[in-house]
Amino acid sequence: MDQEQTVTGKSILRVDGPQKVRGEAKYAAEYNIPDLLHAYVVTASIAKGRILSIDLAAARRFPGVVEVLSHKNRPWFWPVSFLYKDAAGPPGKPFVPLDDDRVYFSGQPVALVIAENYEAARDAAALVKVTYKAEQHTTDLAASTAFKPRKRRIGVAPVPHPTGDADLAFAVAPLKIESTYTTSPENHHPMELFATTVKWGKIVTVYDKTQSPKSVELFLKVAFRLIGRKVRVVSTYVGGAFGLGLRPQQSVFLAVMAAKALERSVRLVLPRDHMFALGYRANAVQTVSLAADEQGRLQAVRHRAVAATSQFEDAQDPMLLFSASLYRCNNIKLTYELAKLDTVSPCDMRAPGAATGMFALESAMDELAYVLDMDPLALRLTNYTERDQSENRPFSSKALRECYALGSERFGWHKRSRAPRSMREDKELIGWGMATGAWEAAMSPAPARAKVMVRSDGKFEVTSSITDIGTGTYTILSQIAADTLETTMDRVVIRLGDSALPFNPIQGGSWTAATSGAAVQSACRKLKSTIRSRAKHTGVLGRGQGAELLSASALIDLLKLQRGRKLSATATMFSFPFGKKFSSATHAAVFAEVRVDEELSVVRVTRIVCAVAAGRILNPNTARSQIIGATVMGIGKALHEDAAYDHNLGRCMAHGFADYHIPTNADVYDIDVVFVDETDAEVSPLGVKGVGEIGVVAVAPAIANAIFHATGERMRHLPITIDRLARAGSR
Amino acid sequence: MDAAPNTAHHVAYTINGVIRMATIEPWVTLLDLLREEFDLTGTKKGCDHGQCGACTVLINGIRINSCLVLAVSRSGSVVTTIEGIGTPDQLHPLQAAFVKHDALQCGYCTPGQICSAIGLISEGIAKTRDEIREGMSGNLCRCGAYIGIVDAIEEVLAAAPDANSLP
Repeated sequence: MDQEQTVTGKSILRVDGPQKVRGEAKYAAEYNIPDLLHAYVVTASIAKGRILSIDLAAARRFPGVVEVLSHKNRPWFWPVSFLYKDAAGPPGKPFVPLDDDRVYFSGQPVALVIAENYEAARDAAALVKVTYKAEQHTTDLAASTAFKPRKRRIGVAPVPHPTGDADLAFAVAPLKIESTYTTSPENHHPMELFATTVKWGKIVTVYDKTQSPKSVELFLKVAFRLIGRKVRVVSTYVGGAFGLGLRPQQSVFLAVMAAKALERSVRLVLPRDHMFALGYRANAVQTVSLAADEQGRLQAVRHRAVAATSQFEDAQDPMLLFSASLYRCNNIKLTYELAKLDTVSPCDMRAPGAATGMFALESAMDELAYVLDMDPLALRLTNYTERDQSENRPFSSKALRECYALGSERFGWHKRSRAPRSMREDKELIGWGMATGAWEAAMSPAPARAKVMVRSDGKFEVTSSITDIGTGTYTILSQIAADTLETTMDRVVIRLGDSALPFNPIQGGSWTAATSGAAVQSACRKLKSTIRSRAKHTGVLGRGQGAELLSASALIDLLKLQRGRKLSATATMFSFPFGKKFSSATHAAVFAEVRVDEELSVVRVTRIVCAVAAGRILNPNTARSQIIGATVMGIGKALHEDAAYDHNLGRCMAHGFADYHIPTNADVYDIDVVFVDETDAEVSPLGVKGVGEIGVVAVAPAIANAIFHATGERMRHLPITIDRLARAGSR
Repeated sequence: MDAAPNTAHHVAYTINGVIRMATIEPWVTLLDLLREEFDLTGTKKGCDHGQCGACTVLINGIRINSCLVLAVSRSGSVVTTIEGIGTPDQLHPLQAAFVKHDALQCGYCTPGQICSAIGLISEGIAKTRDEIREGMSGNLCRCGAYIGIVDAIEEVLAAAPDANSLP
């Protein structure tokens, strides 16, 4: 097939776009099943303690209520905590709703009301009376004790070992900075509420909001011992997730528990305020020490992070991963610790760890540049490295230098005057800041499968259990299939997000395009050779060996001659993460312009240029949207998002979008995304690195650095809200 | 509480050109009525508090958060939801522009965005990009597709500055 006809690498419109703009795409709460019951969760009002009594009588009497479940009358489930482990879970004891009388965090489910309609369940939930014996809690990271996690979380790269002597090098270096950076907890808040609709029967069909229908299926089978029943988890469309759907959520557990108890179909939609207690991006306290010689060459990098976790799990993420590998330095010391809080466990949120760790590292680099009186971009280029020094191996590809060049050119970085407060227009101070981003590029450690089949109309049906959480997965997998099968996209029918379809790992880690994409490609190749050999046997070879054989009419003829035998192929993609000769990462350079109202401290992010090196880009249209969207989330991290706690109550004070601010349309101005050319033959069979997370990493530090440039105020806490900036300015 | 008082009301609306009737309690929102009773699930629930705009529909041509409307209070109204926009064969110009500009990712806020944009255009106030951004800020998008959303609305607005010329 010649280059002009192929679709991979081209800007193809989202194939699921028409269904979504028509409102036809169905999400988890939108399957209306006859005789459906509705559930509503009652949550704990204390952060730690025990339930002394729970009075369900008034709720039970409420018209329409069918049942109210608590830890006392819930149906049996396995009392063994390790059975509730999931692929994305950290070490510890996973939280199981309604397990016993203990309260681990405010907002924890303590009862479930099930009624004939949603309103009755919701209103009756207010009538459940719970009394507690509260214990001393702590939700304040600054007030809790740091410790090194004893068990490492599977799948998270270990903290790199120290090299050289960073303490000594820091002590003797002529030019240095040491600063402490803090962040607030953040919540994922996809627009779709977490929801599950359970259709009860011989086959239990669970319409769930998840990033892994397969792991939810396995989890439910184990937890509820659904003997003699088939469990099928369907997530055809997922209204965003950003990591909160990596693990089987409280909602699916509670909904299936209720369905099993009552042997009826049940729907549970969590209200927005309950979604604050499903998981959060761990807040952290980080201290970064950087030292350099007069030329700006790094002499020492020390980075210590203390990140929040729950009492029952040691959540961990790669917060320090890039502090050892992004810049050339011989003396590196990294310390990663946790502190236990009486909260739900943190849950991976878009570029977990890195987005927080790189805020500290890249803010510190900017501080160092000012100590050195050096351009911040020049400092990064001075310390550029072609090798991953932490693993002592080369990168499979690294076009970060090109990101710096192209990004700074498009932004006009050379026109920047270095001194803080040196640019203004009317009442606004103007600041330009930049930061580097990096994220892991890998195949999934778990295998991925795909199946492709010739339909009776001569079209190809591609199936995989992987979800599309807004990432463009439907589209890119269709493109890969069309090109591999030497056909057009209109002959490819794709079905995803269903645990009855071939196994795929969780959709996370930016690995889906590389992993599930390779499985689809492999299945399509296998199908082609199957078609060729069958064509040989059945004697339809008069039509030639090439693309003619794959035409709809030839395939319909071939199917007829097969007498009911199917024409299909299934392939499995394995990736071995061990013994690699290369390190692989995606990189980005982000340049940000802010305008700060000098009197009111209102910050506007008027311009962002994001240059990304992410290997082969399968679809610039959907990839660009991923980067823009991550940039918007980065603006939220920098300026808005704050799941603030009242530490006296141990309770998150944000309940919805009125108090947990995410960027609105008016907060987003010009975002210019550019992908630099990067060829990588090592990272994955398709040369793909993944674009789901890299976009968010460098945005918050670039904005914080721009705010320093505009105002002369070094803001070391995220989010940089108006009040914090105003207070800093008045000091 | 044992004896439920009879509080149900009969309501009727013209929804997407079809007369729909129901008997509902006074505390049922228009959003829940659309989704649960009429199976019009294109209208989304994202917060239930009028904070996100995912539930935006048009009542008598004016955009409104259906989660903040008690259904009984607007009986007799003409309601347009996403299912009533465009035809099976042809997308509404805004729907087509949303696809063209990739103004969506997960798609959950999209029906609300499109209904809101139709309302915005017919209000006739927003002319510039800044005004579109301001006028669309009641509709949150966590995937961050705002730039595509503004591009799409700007294009439709330029082609049909008069809302009446839209289908």
